[in-house]
Amino acid sequence: MATKKFMFVNRKAPFGTVYALESLEVVLIAATFDQDVSLVFIDDGVYELVKGQNPKGIGIKNHSPTYRALDGYDVEKLFVERESMQARGLTEADLLVPVEVLSGAEMADLMAEQDVILSF
Amino acid sequence: MLHIVNKSHTQTNALASCLRLAQAGQALLLTEDAVYAATVAGAAPSGITGVLQTLKVYALQPDVDARGMAGKLVDGVTAIDYGGFVDLVAEHTNNQSWL
Repeated sequence: MATKKFMFVNRKAPFGTVYALESLEVVLIAATFDQDVSLVFIDDGVYELVKGQNPKGIGIKNHSPTYRALDGYDVEKLFVERESMQARGLTEADLLVPVEVLSGAEMADLMAEQDVILSF
Repeated sequence: MLHIVNKSHTQTNALASCLRLAQAGQALLLTEDAVYAATVAGAAPSGITGVLQTLKVYALQPDVDARGMAGKLVDGVTAIDYGGFVDLVAEHTNNQSWL
């Protein structure tokens, strides 16, 4: 099977909706099929990567450690939009995985070169 | 590249983020509640006015009609039908549906 470039665009905070968790599930599926997978985090999606998440009190499973496991599935391309991160008072030190921080313009270039883009 | 937005610009930031990341020469299709952004009243606050020179902006006519916005689209926005929607998707190498 030919490899395609898949981009997963994450724009939602982690627990208010099921999007963040669903995105992770589909990312793992795509990785299983040896596709070229990139995850990007824009707007409230940046909150998905914040360290120290503890949803025990709201009765929801903490899926954030899964981001740390992604490199085990050869998913190593995680990108965060600088403007979104800064607007939320966050730095790379606040994030639970290494990411590449891109400007909006760089993010737009990356988006334009994808074969498939999935929004969450 | 074709960008597709289906939420009102006053309800979510999907359109704002789309406009921030869309590149000159790309296409933007407004469907469902996003068509309000293409009306004379909505074009300036939604940011559509500012991108008409750089993006090709389309609005889905059945959604415009359904909302009583027929004849209220701002100049520079192209109205298309469902067949035109299919053509746009087929013409572009990739697309992004902003949620």
